Amino acid sequence: MDKKIYIDPLFRKNPVTVLVLGICSSLAVTVKVEPALVMALSVTIVTGFANLIMSLLRNTIPNRIRIIVQLVVVAMLVILVDQILKAYSYEVSKQLSVFVGLIITNCIIMGRIEAFALGNKPFPSLIDGLANGAGYGMILVIISVLRELFGSGTIYGFQIIPLSWYAKNGGFYYNNGLMILPPMALILIGLFIWVQRSFDKDLQEK
Amino acid sequence: MQDLISIFVKSIFVENMVFAYFLGMCSFLAVSKSVKTATGLGIAVIFVLVVTLPVNYILYEYVLKPGALAWLDPSYANLDLSFLSFIIFIAVVASITQLVEMIVEKFTPGLYSSLGIFLPLIAVNCAILGGSLFMQERGYETLAQATTYALGSGIGWALAIISLAAIREKLKYSNVPKPLRGLGITFIMVGLMGLAFMSFMGIKL
Repeated sequence: MDKKIYIDPLFRKNPVTVLVLGICSSLAVTVKVEPALVMALSVTIVTGFANLIMSLLRNTIPNRIRIIVQLVVVAMLVILVDQILKAYSYEVSKQLSVFVGLIITNCIIMGRIEAFALGNKPFPSLIDGLANGAGYGMILVIISVLRELFGSGTIYGFQIIPLSWYAKNGGFYYNNGLMILPPMALILIGLFIWVQRSFDKDLQEK
Repeated sequence: MQDLISIFVKSIFVENMVFAYFLGMCSFLAVSKSVKTATGLGIAVIFVLVVTLPVNYILYEYVLKPGALAWLDPSYANLDLSFLSFIIFIAVVASITQLVEMIVEKFTPGLYSSLGIFLPLIAVNCAILGGSLFMQERGYETLAQATTYALGSGIGWALAIISLAAIREKLKYSNVPKPLRGLGITFIMVGLMGLAFMSFMGIKL
């Protein structure tokens, strides 16, 4: 199998920073690492299996109704994910609130089905879906680590910045409140794109 | 009446779809290169939100809510169909956009030629589904409140995309560092606009 299928979505064709897909639901969940990880995992699973199912069905669906079939398949998978989250980690499910439901309209899933699954065999489609989910998850985790570290001084709930540094304990350090605010996620992704494109000159726009 | 006005203002400024919740970002970034197309998409989003949200509200109140089917038969009072809400909402959104597209094409060809290309795109716009999901989560009490919320959040979205498009048109003439051109600077700009919009958050209504 072509190595590009699972390497490209992580870097050169990353769904978030290069293809600009799936920004909608991704940014609001990156305040803390835990919801970001759960979200990344959910999207990876949904993308992978949606790709697999659509690839299996690709020769039987009439072209005109494919969008609605895609939506039904994706919605079914998302309902499963939502029910599992509610059953096993209710707290995180509450934090993610509507953004679990919004996985349905996450452009990565529809985009990968249209661009890859409808024209390829089931197994490569599954890999492509999982790899794109992983590329999306990678960005989510990077952004959420930065935001949680500088915004709350923790990573995944563990204190990283020593408590004695804080001003209230007689130190010099304050948490950066700006990091917790929603707009900061956008600015961080902007900076991330800047770094990526300085290394990879082919991605630069005119 | 007062609660409607407060929902309306709140959904435009304080809880702006784009800057507070990042909904509809994909088309927000892709279609904001010129003010003209941005205006077209903005109007289409307002239109579809105002049509789909009340329909979803009625469906949720009378079919999906826990115990909502009691009006049909008292023995259904324990039924909870709310787990079906995702699939019903997206089906309603997709079919209504299709319907709206056909109606607009038939009766107002002028409008169709300006909105037409955007309507299918809107079916998978997170702002539309997000509106319905927020409606469900916040539990608006009356149909009027839900419709006002739809109108307000649609206008908020349109406002955001038109102002971003206006800034991007000006940005063409400025000298941005090469790796930041296009996408990167747009992200940062949306972030800064979001910071500006945060000043509305202190408003208590």
